[in-house]
Formats: sequence, C-alpha cells, structure tokens
Amino acid sequence: MDLILVNLIDGLVTGLLLFMLSAGLTLIFSMMGVLNFAHASFYMLGAYFAYQISLFFGFWMGLLIAPVIVGVMGAGVERYGLRRVHQYGHVPELIFTFGLALLIEELVQFLWGKNQMPYAVPEVLHFTAFSIAGNSIPAYKIFMIFVSLAIFMALLFVLTRTRVGMIIQAALSYPKTVEALGHNVPLVFMGVFGVGTALAGVAGVIAGPVLGTFPGMAFLLGSIVFVTIVIGGLGSLWGALVASLLIGWLTTFAASYNVAFADILTWIGFTMPADLDDSMWRDLWTLTMPQIGPILPYLLMVLILVFRPHGLLGKREA
Amino acid sequence: MFKKSKLGISTALALVIGASAAMADNIKIAFIDPLSGPFAGTGANGLNQFEFAAETLVNAKGGVLGGDKFEIVAFDNKISPKESLIQLQVAIDQGIRFIAQGNSSGVANALTDAIEKHNKRNPDDRVLFLNYSAVDPALTNEKCNFWHFRFDANADLKMDALTDIMAQDKSIDKVYIIGQDYSFGKAVAAAAVRDLGNKMPNAEIVGNELHPIGKVKDFTPYARKIVASGANAVITGNWGADMLGLGKAVLENGYTGPIYTYYAAADGITAAFGETGKGSLRLVSEGQLNPPVSDRAAEYVKAFKAKYPDGNVSQSRITNTIEMLAKAIDGAGTATDVVAIAKQLEGMEHENLWGGMLKMRAEDHQVIQDVHVLAHTNEGVTFDYDNSGYGLIAENTVKMAGMDSPTSCKMKRP
Repeated sequence: MDLILVNLIDGLVTGLLLFMLSAGLTLIFSMMGVLNFAHASFYMLGAYFAYQISLFFGFWMGLLIAPVIVGVMGAGVERYGLRRVHQYGHVPELIFTFGLALLIEELVQFLWGKNQMPYAVPEVLHFTAFSIAGNSIPAYKIFMIFVSLAIFMALLFVLTRTRVGMIIQAALSYPKTVEALGHNVPLVFMGVFGVGTALAGVAGVIAGPVLGTFPGMAFLLGSIVFVTIVIGGLGSLWGALVASLLIGWLTTFAASYNVAFADILTWIGFTMPADLDDSMWRDLWTLTMPQIGPILPYLLMVLILVFRPHGLLGKREA
Repeated sequence: MFKKSKLGISTALALVIGASAAMADNIKIAFIDPLSGPFAGTGANGLNQFEFAAETLVNAKGGVLGGDKFEIVAFDNKISPKESLIQLQVAIDQGIRFIAQGNSSGVANALTDAIEKHNKRNPDDRVLFLNYSAVDPALTNEKCNFWHFRFDANADLKMDALTDIMAQDKSIDKVYIIGQDYSFGKAVAAAAVRDLGNKMPNAEIVGNELHPIGKVKDFTPYARKIVASGANAVITGNWGADMLGLGKAVLENGYTGPIYTYYAAADGITAAFGETGKGSLRLVSEGQLNPPVSDRAAEYVKAFKAKYPDGNVSQSRITNTIEMLAKAIDGAGTATDVVAIAKQLEGMEHENLWGGMLKMRAEDHQVIQDVHVLAHTNEGVTFDYDNSGYGLIAENTVKMAGMDSPTSCKMKRP
C-alpha cells in the first residue's frame, strides 16, 4: 500500500516532465501540421546550456537563462529555417526537423564530448523531503512537481484568458481568416515555436540532474513525446496533460510490479506447457511486466489510433 | 618558374619520404571498435590508450625485432557485428595480422568465428584476435579457438572474485541482482546466482531481474523495488547511461548499502556520480590506479594525462595486451608467423604494469591476473577519473583470480 503511494508520486513526476515536452510539441504540431523531430533536441540543449551556466553562476541562473536561450534559438529556427521550407510542403519540413535533430546531437557531442556531464541537483534541494516506509522522496522531485504545475497553470491562463491566447487559438484553426483580420500570423507561429522549445528547455534544465545529461538523452525521450501527443489528441493542452500522466503512471507501475505473464495466462485459463523449450509460446510465458513496461505506451498509442483516432481529448484526426 | 620548380621538387621529396615511411616495417594492429554513435566515447578513449601504450611501451623503447614499430590502425565498427566483419576483411586485405577489439561480446563472438574460418582457409595470411575487453565467458569456453586471446578477466572470473570478497562481509544477507536484458546481463546474473549459492548460502537473493537495455528513461521504479526488498547489497553489470541512471536512482531514493558493479567508472560516470556514489559504489576490475603500485605505473599515468588531459587510463589491460604481444613477437623472432607468436603467448608469464603477474592460460587463452574490488571515493586518490577529484581505490584484491577455474575449452591447435 505504501509502495502504491510512492509510485503515484514517482509517476506524477515522470508524467509532468513529459507534459512540459509534449505541451510545446502539441501546439507546434497542430499549428504547422508537422512533427517537430528536433523537439527533444531542444530539451537536450536546455540541459547542456543549464549545466554550462551552472558552472559559473549556479543552478538557479541556469534555470532562468537556459530556457530563454533555447527559446530564442527555437524562434530563430522557425523564422529562418522552417518558414522558408514551409512553402515546399510538409515532407521537406519533416526532413528539415529530422536533419536538425541530427545536427544538434552532433553539435552537442562536438562541444561537450560524448561522456556524461556531472550536472547535479543544487545543494539547497539535496535532501530528503519525506519518507514513506523507507522510500525517501527527494526534495528535488517535489520541486519538479511544483515547477511543472506552475508552468501548466501559466500556459492555461495565457491560452484561455488572454487576448494573445485567443489569437493563437484562432490561428490554429483558421490562419487565413486571422491573417485577413490584420493579425501577424507568421509572428504568432514564431512565438509559439519559441515558447514551445523554451518549455522543452525548462524540462531539460530540471530533468538533466536526475535523468542524466548525455548526448543520447534526446533520443531516449524523443519517441515517447510523440506518443504522448497522439494519445492526448493533437493541439489539446488538457489532452497532453492527461496522456502524460497516464504514460507516467503506466510505465512506473509496470516497472514496479513483477507481474509474470505466466500468472496472467494461468489466471485466464491457459495451462503452462510442461516443456517450455518446445513450446512456440515460450517467450510469452517467460515475460514479466518490467520487461515490457517501456513498450506499453506504444501499445496504448496503437489502440488509441484504432479506436479513437483523434486522441483522448483531441478534436481532429491524427 | 623558379618557385614553381622548387614547389615541384619539394612535392616530389615529400612523396618519396612518405613512401619510404610507409615502407619501413611497421607492425600494424587493427583496432576495431565503435568510433561513432552512442558508444563512441568508450571506443575513442580505448583507441587513445592503445596508441599511447604502443608509443610509450614499445616504440619509445626501440620497438620489437630490433627496430620495428607498432602502429595502431583504427577501424570504426559502429558496435555492429556486421560492420565489424567488413572492417575485419578490410584490415586483412591491408596485410594486418593483429586484430584488437573489446567493446561488446556480441562483436567479439562474430569476430572470433570469422577469424577462425579465415585462418582455416588462408593459411598464408592468418591473423590473431587480441580481445582486450569482451568478457562473455563463452569466448574462452565452448567458443574458444587457437587464435583468440583474452586479456581481461571474464565475467565469471570477476564474479568469482567479487563473491569471494562479499562473503567476508557477514552483514550482507539480502542481495538484489539487476542487469540489462542481453547476453552479458544474463551471464552476470547467472554467475551471481551460482556463486552466491555456493559461497554465501545464508544470503537470500531478494531480486533478480533484467530491464530493457538503453530504453529505461527513469530508474526510480526499479530503485523503489530494491529499497522495498530490504536488500543490503546490489549487483549489476550495467554500463553507460544505464549504469548511471540506475546507480543515481537507487542512491537518491534511500538505498545506502554497497552497489557492486562491473563498469561504474570513467567516461563521465565517475564525475556524474561524484559525492553521491561515495561509500556505496564498488567496481570489480583488473588493474588498480590507486594507490599506485609502482613509480613506473605512476609515471605512465602522468604521461598519459599530459598527452590526453581529458582522457582516463580506464582499461589497464590495454597496456598488458601491447606488452605481451611485443614480448611474444620478440620471442618468436617474427611478426608475420602468427602461429609462432600465438605459441609464445600461450602460457606466457609477464609482470603486470599494474601490480602482480599475468599468466596467459594455455588451455583456453584466458589471462589470469589479480582482480580487485575498487571503491569510488575522493580520499587517498592519486589519479582521479574525469578530472573530478573522485577515483577508484583498491579495497580488496584476489591474487591470480580463478587460476584453477574450470574451462570447457577443447582447443584445436594447428
């Protein structure tokens, strides 16, 4: 029972982190209709920039400055890269972002090398907030939860309660009409792209110390972010939140409980073959939940695409 | 006109010099390991250590056979067995007779098969396989062959040494085994279960599991299970990002006991663990840097750090590989007849630069050497890793580990 509570908290942390990445991506996706393959690369850049800044000015300056740099870079990419490629259609845009992701990874390896970076949790937050039955919850995790929630609130407020948010939402669905009304839609696109990448940067800054800062970190998280926005529904902020938390808890609980497939199959009513080596289902019988945990979100995505193609809370088809 | 002809002459001269340099009898060693992709860091660091060892331990001392120099030729295999076989063919076509490889037992298994076939079919240009790091026990057991020599202690020997030392600690009664889901992870788990059962019958194995390799984003759930199991020792064969992720998660979520690892050092990992790993992280490995065993070893590390300030002497077996090869070539009096060189290597005893002796067992071509349990700390560290102030210090040593360990190798000799 205690472990369930601990897993709920761990899953929440993972989910909220995923949300910070998917929130920006889902807005960009629904706006431009293009998967930004380089989104997770901006997450990685956030971690590396923050590490570099933290060497000179400490963690907190890194948290403030790194996302801004990443956001400006993102806006620059939209203004001088994507906008030019946009006229040639979606496929060139896709290839452009894909190339950008590779480029950023190589650049990071060139500048910082291929090793792990010693980017650490700040001293102030390096203590145990509380323990549940011997499982300590580090204060840094609580900090991560609060930062993510604050960003979600701010984002929700801007998108639904302000004039800027209204224009963004209108530009998402009817860019031509909004442009005809005299709004600078390209500027809106650039702004959203910049803010979206800055959010990915924030995620990188706070995830770097716990999940490791290394050149493979973008690749490791990249695919799962796409899964999140497809499950949540394209362009839906709430959908991104729900899907992120769902995936966070799904992967955490799957890794936590050693449920063996043999037990499930027996419970359903199958009998275990006497000699497993002869059985063609041998792999299925010997599987355990932690082994397949990381692929569960992909399974969920397939199911969602089959039964509810517009995602949990989305309004249009993927 | 004058200038032009001068340029022409110097170009011609340069060509001549270049050609004569190439003609000098360099003994080439092909280094086939990842130099691009996710494991490039490990591969590149290994290449630096090979080049430095060849330069300082052989070439600077006048080479072998009265003046022939060692030359390391790098081939990038992208850690793929398929790519490695292509690179092996390229190396053989260039007339190279010595193949060094270490990262990934999957690659080593592919190479040892290919080399055995090649040598059978081409008796005139046979090659030797110097395996400096791939520790799958099979390579010196059921898959052994005359052309393969292993300079690292294999996974079973390391586990044997590790459990010898764990058994001395009476407080350990609950052990958790966790590793990556592939051949090496499984070999470590099997060896741990077998050796713990034999030597520590009172210790309970409270967990034995494999996780997907390179796929886990957050190790916290695994850490929770380890803490919840009440384990007071953890054994893992993880490496790279999986090692750091697991270790950090376990330590940050309330575990305080020892974590026995194979590869939790260097390549940024030591620096990233820093203070967190102190008191918990242990490594079972050959070769000790701290305290330095001799002035010669200390000088060697200093010179290496002077040349590669960001590098680490993390694979001490590389110097053994180079020194023993040089000794075998000198003993055989030839650098081309690899059968004679292999016969020299068989049973060779050599003084280890890092302390103790080395013995190349003739029956399975496995080097027998001292295996240490090293602790991650910042106290008493002469040579740190990653310039972090933290390094490994030898805590316990098993002399000539596994000297009489059994082998299932039935070697066919030419």
